[in-house]
Amino acid sequence: MLICGLSLLVIVGVIVYELALHSKLSWKAFGLSFFTGRDWDPVLGSFGALPFIYGTVVSSLIALILAVPMAVGVAIFVTEMCPRPLRAPLSFLTELLAAIPSVVYGLWGIFVLAPLLREQVQPALARYAGWTGLFEGPPYGVGMLAAGVILAIMIVPIITSITREVMLAVPRHQREAVLALGATRWEMVRVGVLRNARAGIMGAIILGLGRALGETMAVTMVIGNRAEIAKSLFAPGYTMASVIANEFSEATEDLYLSALVEIGLALFLVTIIVNALARLLVWSVTRGVPARVHAQ
Amino acid sequence: MRNNGSYQSSRLTALRRRLSNSIATAISATMVALVLVPLLAIFGYLVIRGIGAVDWAFLTHTPKPVGEVGGGMANAIVGSGLILLIASSIGVPLGIGAGIYLAEYGRGQVASVLRFTADVLNGVPSIVMGIVAYSLVVLAQGHFSAFSGGVALGIMMIPTITRATEEVMLMVPNSVREAALGLGIARWRTTVSITLRTATAGVITGVMLAFARVAGETAPLLFTAFGNQFWNLDPNQPTAALPLQIFTYAISPFDEWHRQAWAGALVLIALIVGTVAVVRLVARRGVFQGAS
Amino acid sequence: MGVGISVRDLSAWFGPTQALDHINMEVLPNRATAIIGPSGCGKSTFIRCINRMHETVRDARVEGQVRIGEMDVYNGTSAVEVRRRVGMVFQKANPFPTMSIYDNVAAGLKLNGFRNRRLLDEVVERALRAAALWDEVKDVLKKKSGASLSGGQQQRLCIARALAVEPEIMLMDEPASALDPISTDKIEELIFQLKQRYTIVIVTHNMQQAARVAEHTGFFLLGKLIEFDRTEKIFTNPSDKRTEDYITGRFG
Repeated sequence: MLICGLSLLVIVGVIVYELALHSKLSWKAFGLSFFTGRDWDPVLGSFGALPFIYGTVVSSLIALILAVPMAVGVAIFVTEMCPRPLRAPLSFLTELLAAIPSVVYGLWGIFVLAPLLREQVQPALARYAGWTGLFEGPPYGVGMLAAGVILAIMIVPIITSITREVMLAVPRHQREAVLALGATRWEMVRVGVLRNARAGIMGAIILGLGRALGETMAVTMVIGNRAEIAKSLFAPGYTMASVIANEFSEATEDLYLSALVEIGLALFLVTIIVNALARLLVWSVTRGVPARVHAQ
Repeated sequence: MRNNGSYQSSRLTALRRRLSNSIATAISATMVALVLVPLLAIFGYLVIRGIGAVDWAFLTHTPKPVGEVGGGMANAIVGSGLILLIASSIGVPLGIGAGIYLAEYGRGQVASVLRFTADVLNGVPSIVMGIVAYSLVVLAQGHFSAFSGGVALGIMMIPTITRATEEVMLMVPNSVREAALGLGIARWRTTVSITLRTATAGVITGVMLAFARVAGETAPLLFTAFGNQFWNLDPNQPTAALPLQIFTYAISPFDEWHRQAWAGALVLIALIVGTVAVVRLVARRGVFQGAS
Repeated sequence: MGVGISVRDLSAWFGPTQALDHINMEVLPNRATAIIGPSGCGKSTFIRCINRMHETVRDARVEGQVRIGEMDVYNGTSAVEVRRRVGMVFQKANPFPTMSIYDNVAAGLKLNGFRNRRLLDEVVERALRAAALWDEVKDVLKKKSGASLSGGQQQRLCIARALAVEPEIMLMDEPASALDPISTDKIEELIFQLKQRYTIVIVTHNMQQAARVAEHTGFFLLGKLIEFDRTEKIFTNPSDKRTEDYITGRFG
C-alpha cells in the first residue's frame, strides 16, 4: 500500500524530470528571453512565447470576469435562497455542466457560439462599446472573446461547487447568531455566511482560474490560433495549451519540440502554484475535511 | 432614529432592507437562469444535430475516405474502449492502493504530503500529461500507441480514485475494524477483506467518476494514441479514440465530417452522463449502505 | 423598560415529532424566569418559539399564540422585527470570528442602518459595560477579533452584542453551561443587573443556578409545562410529584 502511496510522489517527480529534461535545449538556447520574445517562428528557429502567455492570461481573465458573478450567484441561490425541493435538481444540473468534455464544448463553440458572436454579439459590442478599443476589427466570431466565453461556461461548475462546499462548512450557529439579531435572509447570508467563507470563496475562484489556465481543446477550437498580441478581443489569439496541442505532433526539429515542452513546463509550474494556493484557502475554511469527489 | 429608546430601523431603512433582500434573491436566481442557458443550448444542439446522424452505420463502420459521405466512428468507439481499459489497469490499482494507504496507515506528515501531491496531480493540465506520456513511452517505443495514451489517462485517474477511496474508507466505523482485529485477523487482511469490502460501493463510485472524466479527454491523446482511420486492437499501434475523432472532424472543412462530429459528441456525452447518473444513484444508496 | 411575555396554547413540532404540548405561561416584566427540566424536555424549543428561531429548522411547525407586550409574535409581525426586539444568547458562544470586538457589538445596529461613528462608539461602550466586559477589552476593541477572547469573555461579548440594540426581552439558552465556575459567576451577576432593565428568560439544567437568579421557574417534562411558580415554591414545596422527583434528583 505504501508503494501505491509513494507512486504519487514518483509520478510527480517523473513529470517534473521529463519536462525539465526535454526543455533543456530550448532553455539553453533562449534563457529568460523565451518568455518575453514575441516571435514564434519555427521555420527560422526563433521561439518567443509571449503571445501564448498573453493569450492564456487574457482568455482566463475574461473567463473569470464572466464566470465569477454567475458562479457565486448560483452557489448563493442554491445553498441559501432557493426553495428546498429545487436544491438537488439545480445542483445536479450544474454538475452536469462539469461532465461535458472539453472537445464537445469546442464543437459547440465552433458551430453555435462563434456564429452567434459573429452575427449578433460582436457587431453590437463594436457599435456600443467600440470606443474602448477592445472591440475592433472584423468580427470573425472565433477569437479571444469566444475563447473567454467558452472558458467562462466551463469554469462555472467548479467555482460553484467549491463555493457551495465552503458555504455549507460555515457552522449553523453563525447563521443563527445573525438571524437572532433581526436580520433579513440576505443579511444573514452576507454577514453570517459569505463573510465567514470569504477565504474559501477566493480559493474557489482561484481554482477556477487554474482550470481555465490549463484548458486546451475547447480553447484551441475557438481561439483562432494566431500567435499575435492584439488589444481587440475580436482578434484571434493563441494560448500556451493550444500551441502545444496544435504543433506538438508536427514539430520535427529538436529545438522546436523542446520549445513546446518548455511551454508545457511553464504551464505546469503556474497551474501547480495556483492550485496549491487555492487549496490552502479552501482548506482554511473547511478545516481539511477531505473534499467531496466532484465530477471535474 | 430611536423608537422607544431601542435601535430599530426607520421605516425607510426597513423598506430598503426588504428591498435588498428581494433584489439579492432576484439577482442570484437570474444567475442560475443564465448558467442554465448554455447548458440547455449545448444539450439541445447535441440532440438536434447529433440524433439524425447517429445510425447503425455510424456505430459500426469505420471512416470513409476524405470527402465521401457515410462511414462511422466504430473504430474510435472501440479504440477509446481499449485505451480506457489500459488506463484503468494502471489507474485503478494505484489509486485504490494509495487511497487505502492514506486511510489506514497514513498519519501526520507523510499522509499530508501525499494528499497534497494527489491534489497537485489533479491540477496538472491534461496536455502536460500528454507531453509526459510522449516522452516516457512514445519516444522509447519510437511510435504512437494506444498504450501511451492509456498511460497518460491512467495517471490522470489516480488522484480522483485515491481521494474517493480514502474518504469512503474513513467513513467505515472503527468498530468494524476493531471487531476484525479482535478476532485475531491481521491488520493488512482486515484492511483488504473487511474494511475495503464494506466500502466497496463508494470505491466503485470513485472509479466510475474518474473513468467518466478521462473518457472525454482529448488533449493527452493528441500525440500519444494519435488516432487511426482504421480498426486497431493492438495496444502498440496508434489507435482511434472518440474524442480525438470528434476533434479532427470538427476542425475539418467537410460538412459530412461535421455531421459525424455531432453524432460522435452525442454518443460520447451519452456514455459520460450515463456513467455519472448511475454513479449518483449508487452513491445515494451504496456509499451509506457499505459503510453502515 | 421590560415587557411581559404571554404564551397561550403553544405547541411545536419537528416534522412529525411533537416537542411542545399546549404550553401556557405568563412571564412577568423585569424579572428573570428560569426554565428547567431534563434533556429533551423542550426547554430550548420553548424559548426558540418566542423569537421565532424554531421555524428556521427544517419541517418545523408552531401553533398557538405568543405575545410580547402588545406585539403578537406570529400574527402581524415579521420574524425580522420580532428577533430585533428579542435578544438571544446561545449555549455555545458564537461571536463573529471575522469581526473585531467593536464590530461584533455594533453588528446589530449596523444592520438596522445606524452608521454614525459617535453613536456607535457610545452604544458599544454602553453595551460592553452592561455585559461587564468593558474594562477587559476597552483597549483592544478594534484590534482583537471576537473569537480571540476566552470562553467566558466570548459569551459576555455575545450578551453585549444582543444588548446593543436595546431589546425588550433577553432569552438565554444555558448561557453558562460551557463555562468555568468563575465565568459562570460573572454571568449570573450580570443577570441580576440586567433584570432591572430587561425581562429575562433563562434555560438552565443547573437547578442551583435557577434558584440563585430567577424569581419564577417553570418545570418542563416531555414537552409539557408541569409546574410554573415562584422559584422558592418550586424548590421547597412543589405541587406536582414529577417536579419533586426532578428536584430531588430522581431523574434527569
